[in-house]
Amino acid sequence: MTGRTSARRLGMLGESAAMLAVVAYALAPLAWIVSLSLKRPGDLNDGRFLPQAVTLENYRAVFNDVQFPAALWNSIGIASMATVVSVVPAAFAAYAIVRLSFPGRRLLLAGALAIAMFPPAAIVGPLFNLWRALGLFDTWLGLVLPYVSLTLPLAIWTLSAYFRTIPRDLDQAARVDGATPFQTLRYVIAPLAAPGLFTAAILVFIFAWNDFLFATALTSTRAARTVPVAIAFFTGSSQFELPTGAIAAASVVVTLPVIVLVVLCQRHIVSGLTAGAVKG
Amino acid sequence: MTERGRAERRLGWWLSAPALVAMALVTVYPIAYAFWLSLFRHDLRFPEQRGFVGWANYASVLSSPVWWQALTNTLLITAASVAVELVLGFAMALLMHRATVGRRTVRASILVPYAIITVVAALAWKFAFDPTTGFVNALLGLQQSWLTERWSAFLVIIATEIWKTTPFMALLLLAGLTLIPEDLQRAARVDGASAWQRLRRITLPLMKPTIAVAVLFRTLDAVRIFDTVYVQTRGGQNTETLSLVAYDTLIVRLNLGLGSAVAALIFVVVALIAWGFLRSFGVSLEESR
Repeated sequence: MTGRTSARRLGMLGESAAMLAVVAYALAPLAWIVSLSLKRPGDLNDGRFLPQAVTLENYRAVFNDVQFPAALWNSIGIASMATVVSVVPAAFAAYAIVRLSFPGRRLLLAGALAIAMFPPAAIVGPLFNLWRALGLFDTWLGLVLPYVSLTLPLAIWTLSAYFRTIPRDLDQAARVDGATPFQTLRYVIAPLAAPGLFTAAILVFIFAWNDFLFATALTSTRAARTVPVAIAFFTGSSQFELPTGAIAAASVVVTLPVIVLVVLCQRHIVSGLTAGAVKG
Repeated sequence: MTERGRAERRLGWWLSAPALVAMALVTVYPIAYAFWLSLFRHDLRFPEQRGFVGWANYASVLSSPVWWQALTNTLLITAASVAVELVLGFAMALLMHRATVGRRTVRASILVPYAIITVVAALAWKFAFDPTTGFVNALLGLQQSWLTERWSAFLVIIATEIWKTTPFMALLLLAGLTLIPEDLQRAARVDGASAWQRLRRITLPLMKPTIAVAVLFRTLDAVRIFDTVYVQTRGGQNTETLSLVAYDTLIVRLNLGLGSAVAALIFVVVALIAWGFLRSFGVSLEESR
């Protein structure tokens, strides 16, 4: 009896240790970049994980820079626009997939699957050429468009998984009361699906916020250059010195808000991320 | 067909049309355009030399060692990172599934790598392994210049990828685990099956469709790897991947003909991988949908 309880206690201990290890695994690189951003310039090469003394100098440098605030503004604008423009058609399409029977259903699902597997490097070149011809190169719209197309599958999956959880009886009741399918979507489903819409919006936003390939290929100036590109191409006061501290500070500024958002909405995000793959 | 059925059909088309058009506009059209461009000599630096060359661009890509090296590098990074992620992700999923306390904390913290911009993650790892700003050498007592040698550069790139994407794998697998009926596990336990036997005989077979989907998603995602390699080595030390070759040819060297051939070939590689997967796991994918 005592042997059993001590074995169980050992198991619990192992479990806690494993969980601590997972948390450390997930957070260590974040802690490292925060630590770098707080180090004094003279301490950058000290080979330590934690700063010896804390300074906010790097954050001041980042916001006094010309590139970074512009990039931040571009990122916020482009990602928000892409989010709105992607989630609305995705909600229509997801409703059609879940609730209506029409021959295009399979085409839509197959198309979404194909695009989710699509290699973006294969379209960045043609888009580069097209955008220059159409005057979309180095503009917000030039990035919003590819982000919308590439995030639609994710948004459609997330939303259709969510719509499926809303009882069909509600639709039927509305239909019996004489509502058209569109009115049903607008007045019955959409309000109930608000958490699903929100989840899809966050996932789309993160995709657009994270993208580097399109942002580096389809922009060239401050007009539309987004945060990942600005951070990757950060140059210091002299071009031979990589401003590690400033890069770290800029990274923290753009990372923390997203992390807070994700952690606050973790349950929805997890169900959204796994919607397409497991249930569906 | 009833009037109502027809109306439903019409509405279905109308509701899905915007999404279909948006998806096709920025993918189907550019890929068709890329294929068209790939049949021409078309270098923006020498516009006057433009002309139809048929399959010549494909011949020069496929006969160049750069393409094959990049393909090998890409497949190497993909295989190594997906394999480790599957094992690590499965362990994390089992842990979260079993855990009674602290499950929320673990789940919240593993969302952090997912939420971090890939460029930022790549820089964090690069700085950590850097001989001047980093702490890894001091920690291990080494004098290694990680990103300037091929194999150690691969190690850093793959480690970054694993760190960033294992959480996604773990969450997909966790969702699959929750679908396994508790009764089965309990019955097996009553029959005296050990934890290992239960894992091998019940959990793994029932998880097959989920594992197939997770591996497929991550493989196709890993094949596109661009950000991490670009930030950490820019393809130096012979670490160039397919996406980097396409980017360099198209955007840096402005050779649209040759670059489009590379793009079309990447598309073929991805399609082949997806096709291979669907052939071997086709049934299980159907079942899980």
